[in-house]
Amino acid sequence: MFNSGSPFSRAILYAVAILLAIGYLIPLVVVLLNSVRTAEEIAQTSMIGWPRDWAFHNYVAAWADYCIAQTCSGIRPYMLNSALVTLPATLLSTLLGAVAGYAISLWRFKGDTWIFALVTLGVFLPEQMRLIPWTIVLRDVGLTNTLAGLVMIHTIQGMSFTTLFCRNYYVAIPQDLMKAAKIDGAGFFRIFHRIVLPLSPPILIVTVIWQFTHIWNEFLYGVTFTTGTQQPVTAALIALSASVADVPQHGVQSAAVVVAALPTLLVYLFGGRYFVRGLTAGAVK
Amino acid sequence: MSALIIRDLHKRFGNTEVLKGINLDIDSGDFTVLVGPSGCGKSTLLNIIAGLETATAGTIEIGGRVVNAIPPKDRDIAMVFQTYALYPSMTVRQNITFGMECRNIPKPQQDEAVARVARLLQIEPLLARKPAQLSGGQRQRVAMGRALVRDPKLFLFDEPLSNLDAKLRVEMRMEIKQLHARIGTSIVYVTHDQIEAMTMATRIAVMHQGEVQQFADPDTVYNRPANLFVARFMGAPPMNTIQARLEGEPGRPIVVVGQGDTTVKLPAPASIDAKWLGKPVVLGIRPECIAEPTRQFGDGSTPGLTITAPVEMTEPTGAETIVVMRLGGEKVLGRVAPDIRHTNGTTGTFAVDTRKLCLFDPQTERLIA
Repeated sequence: MFNSGSPFSRAILYAVAILLAIGYLIPLVVVLLNSVRTAEEIAQTSMIGWPRDWAFHNYVAAWADYCIAQTCSGIRPYMLNSALVTLPATLLSTLLGAVAGYAISLWRFKGDTWIFALVTLGVFLPEQMRLIPWTIVLRDVGLTNTLAGLVMIHTIQGMSFTTLFCRNYYVAIPQDLMKAAKIDGAGFFRIFHRIVLPLSPPILIVTVIWQFTHIWNEFLYGVTFTTGTQQPVTAALIALSASVADVPQHGVQSAAVVVAALPTLLVYLFGGRYFVRGLTAGAVK
Repeated sequence: MSALIIRDLHKRFGNTEVLKGINLDIDSGDFTVLVGPSGCGKSTLLNIIAGLETATAGTIEIGGRVVNAIPPKDRDIAMVFQTYALYPSMTVRQNITFGMECRNIPKPQQDEAVARVARLLQIEPLLARKPAQLSGGQRQRVAMGRALVRDPKLFLFDEPLSNLDAKLRVEMRMEIKQLHARIGTSIVYVTHDQIEAMTMATRIAVMHQGEVQQFADPDTVYNRPANLFVARFMGAPPMNTIQARLEGEPGRPIVVVGQGDTTVKLPAPASIDAKWLGKPVVLGIRPECIAEPTRQFGDGSTPGLTITAPVEMTEPTGAETIVVMRLGGEKVLGRVAPDIRHTNGTTGTFAVDTRKLCLFDPQTERLIA
């Protein structure tokens, strides 16, 4: 067995870990480097290489004036679309999931385990399977090709995850607290608001990070249910790479990819440690 | 007046009946302890009284009002929990005022009530703290404060001392008893600890398998247990219960333990029905009724009776010595003076207090004399 204390085995552990990290980071490095190389340079040399001239203007072009499907406004409007979908859907699904998880875990009622099982079934249903039902729903409620339609889809689907997360967290809250609150005269929402919610930040941070990342990165619904100026940035990136210009604009495309990935990256950088902490934290000490 | 009346209360979970027809009539100002082994239904009964669970059948009256259909908050009760159940994100003050906040009681009145309770329980310096910053004893006090501030018709305590260490438990036990003496509100107190029941209660309800075995004052429960379960549950060590026969003649019955040369004969209570003569009975005798031969029981007016018995083991506890002996072949515990030591295997002489013998029907296990 490894003795993790000896210098030799430590060196091996580090070597393996570093190699894995490098392998994992290479695509990111390639994209980052290409995002500051000119299209000509990439075309003349190869996709992998150190930038000869630092072409920071790629970012300006990607953000503001690159043409995507006849609209020459860069990815800025699509970033805004993504934000307009992601922020409300994240907040709504987290809040609704918290209330649902609270109801299922702390207000036992007939059939609660069945409802929980049904809700969490959504976690395991593949996205593709839900495409056609959602198409019909969007058509019937008149939200086809709208951001509101995407908000609705992500809110409802996200509730499977958020309910699961919150329910599993709230289950650790002792029933005696609920009893005490009922005797004190508090009702469903007062207990939620005054007792359960103040205990919730660790799990709410987890669900917000989870939902934000998933909804922002979501592609299939974005590309299926929206077109043109209504697309979120993930769908727009494909349109961007498909726009056949005279020379393939790999530099600008890379810059666009970096910008599109930035929000989730920042969320991870600032919230990552809360994420890990929240997943391991109990509700009440 | 009755503070609480329970009539034919049944509770069923699926196919298991956990409460099988409970009848209790608790007087105003009483300190009633529901005691029994775990699973006897005492906590379920308390939850039903509080309105946190519903009864399958039967009625509950609090302060002369049937409360079956009334939610917990309107039953005019307050409850203290084993886990304290303090709201973790609130300060002590907020914990105490939360109930009043839910009832929209004006702030000045809330402050006044908090001040009164904090003074009573001496938790004034803790009001700004969070529960996590309190010790177990302090949390218990705050939990009681939250109940006291309600000024209810009925206090419900659900094993409130079980999570405290032994020393603190004894202290809090006395404090709760004193508190009851001061405020005089009726209390229903659930515990599995028969010492808590004996020391605090004015009335004890001994529960077992969903039924009240005996409902009486502590002395009666201890000295005249209604059946063998109560006899064996109350007291530490519990009452000795041994197979015996009733002999002698009407008016002068004798209870006989064992056979051959180990036979022990004791005068049975004269109140026993003559129909038991010649029949097997179960003899109940408290360990403290078997003591060293120099002991005088009562005022000494009853002639002392000594027996000899082989000693199997002695357990010095400090305050007394427990002796395990054979009485007519049956294993029996006695309590002798602390400095007395018997050698195992020798025969010892003991004085027996025959005034407090109990006799039980071996079939029904009920007290017959």
